Amino acid sequence: MDTAQILETIKMISEENLDIRTITMGISLLDCIDSDSDKACQKIYDKITTKAKDLVKVGNQIATEYGIPVINKRVSVTPISLIAAASKDKDYVKYAKALDRAAQTLGIDFIGGYSALVQKGYQNGDRTLIKSLPQALAETNLVCASVNVGSTRSGINMDAVKEMGQVVKAASELDFMTNAKMVIFCNAVEDNPFMAGGFHGVGEPDAVINVGVSGPGVVKSALEKVKGASMDVVAETIKQTAFKVTRMGQLVGSIAAEKLNVPFGIVDLSLAPTPAVGDSVAQILEEIGLEQVGTHGTTAALAMLNDAVKKGGIMACSHVGGLSGAFIPVSEDAGMIDAVNAGSLNIEKLEAMTAVCSVGLDMIAIPGNTPAETISAMIADEAAIGMINNKTTAVRVVPVPGKDVGETVEFGGLLGHAPIMAVNKVSSADMINRGGLIPAPVHSFKN
Amino acid sequence: MRAILTTIGADKAGIIAGVSTYLAKNQINILDVSQTIMNGYFTMMMMVEIPDDKVDFEKITTELNELGEKLGVEIKIRNEKLYQAMHQL
Repeated sequence: MDTAQILETIKMISEENLDIRTITMGISLLDCIDSDSDKACQKIYDKITTKAKDLVKVGNQIATEYGIPVINKRVSVTPISLIAAASKDKDYVKYAKALDRAAQTLGIDFIGGYSALVQKGYQNGDRTLIKSLPQALAETNLVCASVNVGSTRSGINMDAVKEMGQVVKAASELDFMTNAKMVIFCNAVEDNPFMAGGFHGVGEPDAVINVGVSGPGVVKSALEKVKGASMDVVAETIKQTAFKVTRMGQLVGSIAAEKLNVPFGIVDLSLAPTPAVGDSVAQILEEIGLEQVGTHGTTAALAMLNDAVKKGGIMACSHVGGLSGAFIPVSEDAGMIDAVNAGSLNIEKLEAMTAVCSVGLDMIAIPGNTPAETISAMIADEAAIGMINNKTTAVRVVPVPGKDVGETVEFGGLLGHAPIMAVNKVSSADMINRGGLIPAPVHSFKN
Repeated sequence: MRAILTTIGADKAGIIAGVSTYLAKNQINILDVSQTIMNGYFTMMMMVEIPDDKVDFEKITTELNELGEKLGVEIKIRNEKLYQAMHQL
């Protein structure tokens, strides 16, 4: 084996923060449905703790044997609104607590799937689950929630958009951290290993292993060697780097699946930043030639980055899935935080950026007094971008009670900290209060 | 199982002796070795074979870390498949 190649890999891992962000086991809970919610919760706990009993052990074994950090071990489950609908419970907090207990027993980092899919309308379980979101998230530690409010095929459920603005607001008043664990989607995917939006779709196998890789630092470092070269060279360099990173994800995913005796699902080709120095998507964009992320040209640079990551990754693994693209969360990316603090990045520019990358307005702290209708309107805008562009978009905004623009909020850990960002103060209430359904766009009719 | 063992650090007497003594004691066979000085750093790559019944990566990694500290170098061992996956089609 070539010495230079060995050293390149070692440098990627030890200096450039290359890691496996998550090994996520998707588990179907369809066989746990019971009209008695106590029985259902017991079945859910038993199934998760049986299927995933070795998940943490195997993740750690792989980290040791291959010398690659495996940052998170996670579980995603079938949307609970479907599982709990058979019971006549008034709320589903009990289910959230069962998930939380299972996650704690396993020693995993997060469990996702306290979710509802309402892009075209509510079934009774959806209604109950959504109403219980603030309490369920406030009373659990590791449970993540998501609600899909729109899709290219079915349009946007504006009743759900309206309600989710109220839910975000109500959750922030219980504990603002709850909103860091909740995502509102358009075109949600069924095999997403990343949180907070991961759930296990009904079309998935009984159990599956999905892997998310990450290495913004590796891409930035590769680009440092092609300063001044044309955009073709930049794109090619990103492709080659993404290929290597994804091959590692493919290897780890297939080994984990074999050791856990479940099928290997997908590799999510994502560039997921962390607050650590040198682990930033913003800094890649700046390396491409922007003085600071958020300035004119950011959308173009990000579009190229996102596309090149996919092109490089697609050949490197057998099945691509999840969200697959560059993430642009504000609080989890040191470069994004700097740009907001410097005044070069605002919500409007972030919204434009979400049209060309995965996923959406992510981990953005906003003033606590932002009206629910304004939050709904932000959700509606993102959903519209997703619906029209046939891509996943999402909103994970965090209203922080008592804080206003210019202040900062601390989330801790991988979630980082965030400056409170300015929100347009002009009302959208009359539009949001109309409710109803935005019809599916004309280009969705493909049959 | 085949693994790649890398030793990087300031050059001094006894590094190769220290590493190979440990490997011999643990019945880890050296299949190939290359060594160079890069930017003043001693850099050694070894391809080794660990007998299947002796593979306890956690123990080997911990002991090699301790040995590395003693010798003033960084010693890492990783399953060879990682490098193959990333650099070979």
